[in-house]
Amino acid sequence: MGKRVGLEVSLAVAEAVKLANVDVVSAYPITPQTHIVEELSVYVASGELDAEFIPVESEHSAMSAALGAAAAGARVYTATASQGLALMHEILFIVSGMRMPMVMTVANRALSAPISIWNDHGDIMAERDIGWIQIFAENGQEALDLTLCAFKIAEDKRVLLPMIVNIDGFTLSHVIEPVIIPDHAEVDAFLPPYQPVLKLDTQNPVTFGPVGVPEVYTEARKQLEQAVIGAKPVVDEVLAGFGAAFDRQYKLVEQNGKIGAKTLFVTMGSLGETCMTAVDELMAEGQDAGQTRIRLWRPFPEEEFLAACAGAEKLVVIDRALSPGAVCGPVASELKSLFYGRPGAPEIINVIAGLGGRDVTVREFKEMFALAGSGKLSGNYMMWGVESHAS
Amino acid sequence: MAEVTQLIHQYLRHNKKFPLVFCPGCGIGIVLGSLVRSVHALDIPKDDMVVVAGIGCSGRIAAYVDFNTVHATHGRALTLATGIKMASPHLRVLTVMGDGDALSIGGNHLIHAARRNIGVTALVVNNFIYGMTGGQCSPTTPFGSYTHTSPQGQMEKSFDVVEMARAAGANGVYRGSVFHAKALDGLVQRAMSRPGFNLVEVMTPCFTQYGRGNRFRSPVEMFQWLKDTMTPREVYEKLEDKTGKLPMGVFVEHDEPGLEQRHAAMRQALADKGGAGS
Repeated sequence: MGKRVGLEVSLAVAEAVKLANVDVVSAYPITPQTHIVEELSVYVASGELDAEFIPVESEHSAMSAALGAAAAGARVYTATASQGLALMHEILFIVSGMRMPMVMTVANRALSAPISIWNDHGDIMAERDIGWIQIFAENGQEALDLTLCAFKIAEDKRVLLPMIVNIDGFTLSHVIEPVIIPDHAEVDAFLPPYQPVLKLDTQNPVTFGPVGVPEVYTEARKQLEQAVIGAKPVVDEVLAGFGAAFDRQYKLVEQNGKIGAKTLFVTMGSLGETCMTAVDELMAEGQDAGQTRIRLWRPFPEEEFLAACAGAEKLVVIDRALSPGAVCGPVASELKSLFYGRPGAPEIINVIAGLGGRDVTVREFKEMFALAGSGKLSGNYMMWGVESHAS
Repeated sequence: MAEVTQLIHQYLRHNKKFPLVFCPGCGIGIVLGSLVRSVHALDIPKDDMVVVAGIGCSGRIAAYVDFNTVHATHGRALTLATGIKMASPHLRVLTVMGDGDALSIGGNHLIHAARRNIGVTALVVNNFIYGMTGGQCSPTTPFGSYTHTSPQGQMEKSFDVVEMARAAGANGVYRGSVFHAKALDGLVQRAMSRPGFNLVEVMTPCFTQYGRGNRFRSPVEMFQWLKDTMTPREVYEKLEDKTGKLPMGVFVEHDEPGLEQRHAAMRQALADKGGAGS
């Protein structure tokens, strides 16, 4: 039943990709994604992984080559971060629009300017509307497990969509964690070989991505929307199937701390584990604190999130991205839309924190809790920990 | 030595952390020195100099020099420089890009900057590898050599930067090396004194990411390799056996006006006719 090793999380992700028997890896170097792709190139060169490795000339080319390979019927993987994801932007819509399954790891990193190689969610939040399934890992094991699940979800005939597994740059990608690596046979049983529904085939010629005139464009987008929304039960089913096979359970939304607490933190990504410690300490101090962790971001798991927040009066929503000029941060914005007009909707307090690699500590979460409790966190949002550099 | 150090100090930002960020044995500091000496020799006021750098090890030069500088995105230094030069043709615009930066993600911009002959000097710092991201193969990684993403040896051919710039229409094309620092100064000065698009390929060692994986035992061996390999073009062309040799020096020198000069001429012609643009 697998083996437990200490492994850098990037290498654990590469292990997952190897176990998934991908056919094509196409990537361009960008920190902090590089270790994943380097490891895959070693697997290919050593014969451990029978795949094509394409070291392309930019991320735009990486995603384009990935799209081409997917259209040819291959199981495809790539990874990127930050500016690299931004450079892929144009092609990301085309991949989902053409309903091409593939898996991409985004080692989340802040966007320039100023240049930052460190972690936040600014890169992925600029790509909310690309029509990909998007999920966030909190730790190394989850990064490996969700990568395996992502192939199964993306390739499911009810889905046929590309999928992003977000792992926080450095905080996850570059730390060594104890990780259970499943046996190849176990993975093969869980994830059968990819059988594309449509591919470029001389016997059955098709055209991918032709012009969508006004008479059909709306319908094509409607079809994509239905596919993305319809992916949710499949994600749930695949995660449940993974849990049954590997004994590690993942849900679309997780709860932590006191169930039914009046004040809940809402987190996404690795910050969730720091917040869990804070919630544990708050509970030990007798506080009415809990936490809801969003794992699946697209499609947004509305019912699951509402159920996880039942009875809450205040949500302290942590956003690791700033949307300048917007009403609030992207996650809070999503949640305000979700709760609008619902009777008994909780107050949504939005804290923008952890930008560009800034740590958010257990103590700071507890400060946020105290401020939220005393009504001092008001307004549409607040940027946490901004220091004056005026001299 | 003391005099040279003082000269450099006049052109470096004093609030920066020293020593430089570059690894021991890296040649990019010599490129930085050559740039500073060239600006000084050409008597260009610091405030007239613009350095636009891409992303990569060599891009860090922009943070150290006391000119107008922009640290652009990966690959886009030449496009930013094009905008700067067209908007303010009186500025002396120079870009610093690595091989990955200039030839891979920014390769399209390089050939178009050469084709439109914009009045920019381009330093292409070629160390055969993506150094900053940890040693992946680049478009100049020599065929068969080892990097983290070519563990069985590079299977793709590498670009000849000089021939590419020549074919794309650059006004001036030069190649130098950091081992031949004095000669490099001369090439950089020459490139900076001429109209239109002038490119200098600078061969420089990356021991940390390239050398260690390719049987170089020390940075000294890499400098020795440069010494043995880089051959003045005039000598190179007379060699019967060119194996293991790479020519350096002046490859192309045309005197076509730069794009910004053509625009100025167009405006002048319109003004002479009494039209718009005066």
